[in-house]
Amino acid sequence: MSQSNTSSSLKGRKVVLHDMCLRDGMHAKREQISVEQMVKVATALDDAGIPYVQVTHGAGLGGNSLQHGFAMAPNEEYISAVASKMKQAKVSVLLIPGLGTMKELQSAYDAGARSVHVATHCTEADTSPQHIAYARKLGMDTTGFLMMSHLNDAAGIAQQGKLMESYGAQTIYVTDSAGYMLPDDVKARVGALREVLKPETEIGFHGHHNLGMGIANSIAAIEAGASRIDGSVAGLGAGAGNTPLEVFAAVCERMGIVTGVDLFKLMDVAEDVIVPMMDHIVRVDRESLTLGYAGVYSTFLLHSKRAAERFGVPARDILVELGRQKMIGGQEDMIQDTAMTMAKARGLLQGAAA
Amino acid sequence: MKKIKCALIGSGNIGTDLIYKIKRSPVLEPVWMVGIDPSSEGLARAREMGLKTTAEGVDGLLPHVLDDDIQIAFDATSAYVHAENSRKLNELGVMMIDLTPAAIGPLCVPPVNLRQHADKLEMNVNMISCAGQATIPVVHAVSRIQSVEYAEIVASLASKSVGPGTRANLDEFTYTTSNAITVVGGARRGKALAIINPAEPSMIMRNTIYCLTDDEPDHARITESILQMIGEVQKYVPGYKLVNGPIFDGNKVSVFLEVAGLGDYLPKYAGNLDIMTAAATRTAEMFAEEILAGKIQLKAVETV
Repeated sequence: MSQSNTSSSLKGRKVVLHDMCLRDGMHAKREQISVEQMVKVATALDDAGIPYVQVTHGAGLGGNSLQHGFAMAPNEEYISAVASKMKQAKVSVLLIPGLGTMKELQSAYDAGARSVHVATHCTEADTSPQHIAYARKLGMDTTGFLMMSHLNDAAGIAQQGKLMESYGAQTIYVTDSAGYMLPDDVKARVGALREVLKPETEIGFHGHHNLGMGIANSIAAIEAGASRIDGSVAGLGAGAGNTPLEVFAAVCERMGIVTGVDLFKLMDVAEDVIVPMMDHIVRVDRESLTLGYAGVYSTFLLHSKRAAERFGVPARDILVELGRQKMIGGQEDMIQDTAMTMAKARGLLQGAAA
Repeated sequence: MKKIKCALIGSGNIGTDLIYKIKRSPVLEPVWMVGIDPSSEGLARAREMGLKTTAEGVDGLLPHVLDDDIQIAFDATSAYVHAENSRKLNELGVMMIDLTPAAIGPLCVPPVNLRQHADKLEMNVNMISCAGQATIPVVHAVSRIQSVEYAEIVASLASKSVGPGTRANLDEFTYTTSNAITVVGGARRGKALAIINPAEPSMIMRNTIYCLTDDEPDHARITESILQMIGEVQKYVPGYKLVNGPIFDGNKVSVFLEVAGLGDYLPKYAGNLDIMTAAATRTAEMFAEEILAGKIQLKAVETV
């Protein structure tokens, strides 16, 4: 029996890195990243050799809303400011059907976006056919992005990924939005996708670091056949952040995985550009750990903290209750609703009306 | 008592649920169900419930319209075929209630503007979307007190209650609903968000309405207006319920609702289907009452 030796088995494998600082990181900044800051970060990432940089409101195209907050500029303005400065990196966007539409995809494309994550909850892939087909028609690098992948089993993920592939997606992502998955969970889902997808269809993994598993999970994904990895430099992202990309790049280098990025430059971006931008140090703390432990959408973190402050119910209690009710990405309104209902039950709030 | 005879086009979830609602109506009678698949479950069920059926689409219904005295038709097919269905039936003097996102006729939310459409004798009225029916009454309840600069609604739907047509055309749902928030709700700008949640047991439809008023909102008057409006909707959707709010943050008014269905065809969690079929039935009843009272007479629409 052969002793598995990861470093040698993955040696020479090529992996495409996709930075999320300027999209998932918007959540951690309450959508308050300026156009100038975006250009500064993206230029530094481009210079470090990162091939894809995602740039939008945290909730993607159409994200500017009372539900998800208003960014400092429209998506088109961010995209065109960044895209015009890129030497090699491509600008990507997020599109969640039900929030973003094809009109917004068209205007993002016109502003310079050339890649898109079309995201649905992990059981609802059939809400994405219009958007995936439209992205392909525009000639964009098109990904089907299955959010909250821990809420569907490997066979289910494979079936949903197959649907997105049938609409035209060129890459299918296992997306651990809650930072809940462990390496075996990732391997099972990526492996199941690899079995059913066409050989030319790529597989990606998008992790959150709520249980500190971002890097281990990304490596597990590569072992099972993934060739694209999302992360963010210094981990700037929702919850405890995304897979910290400079750390991941270092691990890849040690294992002989080829990413094409300049590790030291990436480390400098993390330390000199991203960390000084953080409003709070993005890390595993009591609340973000609760997200990972309870399987709750990472973006709910700051919303729950705000609701906790307002209604006097601890954020951890709110998050656990949201997990119990199986709330999914996009249901940020239910955070305040749940907090109010809990506050009433605890005698902290009076029913305003009949 | 005489009833107005109706045809139902589309034998899916909405069409089937409509049979139950219309059968209960004192002024409406379901007579025809139109489908396109002879082996469809919906047509078989309609036959069991005593309706005449055709699997030949609207063309299969046309020869029977005059003989069977069909005066109102409900279209629960898709935006793509609705215009043609409507043209053919309007020519025969049949009034159309459009449950697709086609929206070629005026948009109707019963407690907001139904009266107005009946008075104008509109031959095609559109029911917008489930989210529109659930949220626009509240937007209007705020905008009739104070001007609303922007209204945004969030509808969470149980996965099992969202059919293949809506799923494949989610953008149409978004556009139609966003537009209606302004046109019917009275906000200057509108945005609609939809989330499909697969949790088991299925979650009951939830709706959140946010309104940004131009000036500081009058808490007492807005609260009273919203509660009054919820009472109006409850008259035809008993499971329409305020869960939390209204809560005020500066100029933002937030209202959190739940919509449980009657459980006629689909289970109670599918309040989204129920509020559409109930609003469509309520709309048809208003027209039927006027016809029966001799106040209005539907006329064939001549096409050029």
